Amino acid sequence: MSVPIRLTTPLSEKDLERLKIGDKVLLNGVIYTGRDAAHKRLFDLIQQGKELPLDIRGQVIYYVGPAPAKPGQAIGSAGPTTSYRMDAFSPKLMELGLRGMIGKGNRSKEVVAAMKKYKAVYFGATGGAGALIAKSIKKAEIVAYEDLGPEAIRRLEVEDFPVVVINDTKGNDLYEEGAKKYRKE
Amino acid sequence: MREVSINEIIPVVRSLFIEANYDLGRDVLDAFDRAIKSDESPVAKEVLEELKENARISREERVPLCQDCGLAVLFVELGQDVHITGGDLKQALNEGVRQGYKDGYLRKSACDPFARANTGDNTPAIIHYDIVPGEKIKIIVGPKGGGSENMSSVSMLTPAVGIEGVKEHVIKTLQEAGSNPCPPTIVGIGIGGTFERSALLAKKALLREIGTRNPDPKLAKIETDILEAINKLGIGPMGYGGNTTSLDVFLEMEPCHIASLPVAVNINCHSARHKQAVI
Repeated sequence: MSVPIRLTTPLSEKDLERLKIGDKVLLNGVIYTGRDAAHKRLFDLIQQGKELPLDIRGQVIYYVGPAPAKPGQAIGSAGPTTSYRMDAFSPKLMELGLRGMIGKGNRSKEVVAAMKKYKAVYFGATGGAGALIAKSIKKAEIVAYEDLGPEAIRRLEVEDFPVVVINDTKGNDLYEEGAKKYRKE
Repeated sequence: MREVSINEIIPVVRSLFIEANYDLGRDVLDAFDRAIKSDESPVAKEVLEELKENARISREERVPLCQDCGLAVLFVELGQDVHITGGDLKQALNEGVRQGYKDGYLRKSACDPFARANTGDNTPAIIHYDIVPGEKIKIIVGPKGGGSENMSSVSMLTPAVGIEGVKEHVIKTLQEAGSNPCPPTIVGIGIGGTFERSALLAKKALLREIGTRNPDPKLAKIETDILEAINKLGIGPMGYGGNTTSLDVFLEMEPCHIASLPVAVNINCHSARHKQAVI
């Protein structure tokens, strides 16, 4: 694997344009959590023309519902959840300025096309490595929808949060390319 | 007749769920090691090393392997000469789940299907009972994550498709699941019975240790054939490409109706968590 690229959020157009599939990235700065229920609520607000509880321009959303923090921990285990369930909402969020998504698993054609159009990137985090990933999250605070429990939107401060570029701004897909390379007939 | 109080059962269930979520089985760790040696992809090796490191942190720091600590699935083999005292067995099993998920800092993932409101304590548990001879109670817990469960299926195939048709169906299921169920996965296949029975067989199959084969050589051959074919798909760990898409395939089979060929495919992520105790 390539030498990791260290990036700090919010991600600039220049940062995003140079990323290509398979690149290992260490994210620093602030990212926001959001999964099924939070996406539904954000989407409903957008449709009603109301203001969102966070400014998503240039931001990165991490699809995660963390385990509860034990005393002394910033956050409990916090690996990615499967991303396709957010597909219906993602193009709209990118249109509004979202520039990065972190999850695991395949995205729809529409989402990949929207990434190309709005110059956004989809990062993969290692699914099932929640205990390991939690080590790179230094602080977590709920910023919206506390009633959703693990699904609440949290603001995370991360240091060298490890991800891999799955879909870049050029429309490439690591899942397709990776499987092609190792497939045996 | 032996009397067993629910007060003996509750702490056992509590501790089984905590341990299942903190302590990945030796069989899975050994399978990671074998795959690190055999996989051609350097990226696959890196991902597998991360999974090993994750399991070490989980075990040593006593934190959950994965934030998805699963719905609480229990298999209870109840000896027919046991008399449960002190209360309702089902309530006791749920109380054990409640305490385990709270005290173990495990994520509660049970919710209302439409309102999506979390039940708050990971109950109700999914409990499968078997009445067996004897005066003991065996409890097996298998917390089950949602990502891999979502890629699972029950299909009523046409009997004419036979063994080859079943193999193709399972391989296609894994191909379509792709990176979603957190590969490398473990695949449970239930063949036969009725619609619901096949699903239960597939779920039970997932409780086997990696490397164990169905005692029937014909079925064992189907298991290894399917495993080999899945690992040729190239999906690899996390779907980044590689030769380790599944760690094992377990098949359980029972007779079915003359008109039917039920086939259930239950996919488990690499976080293949199960623990058991006998009371």
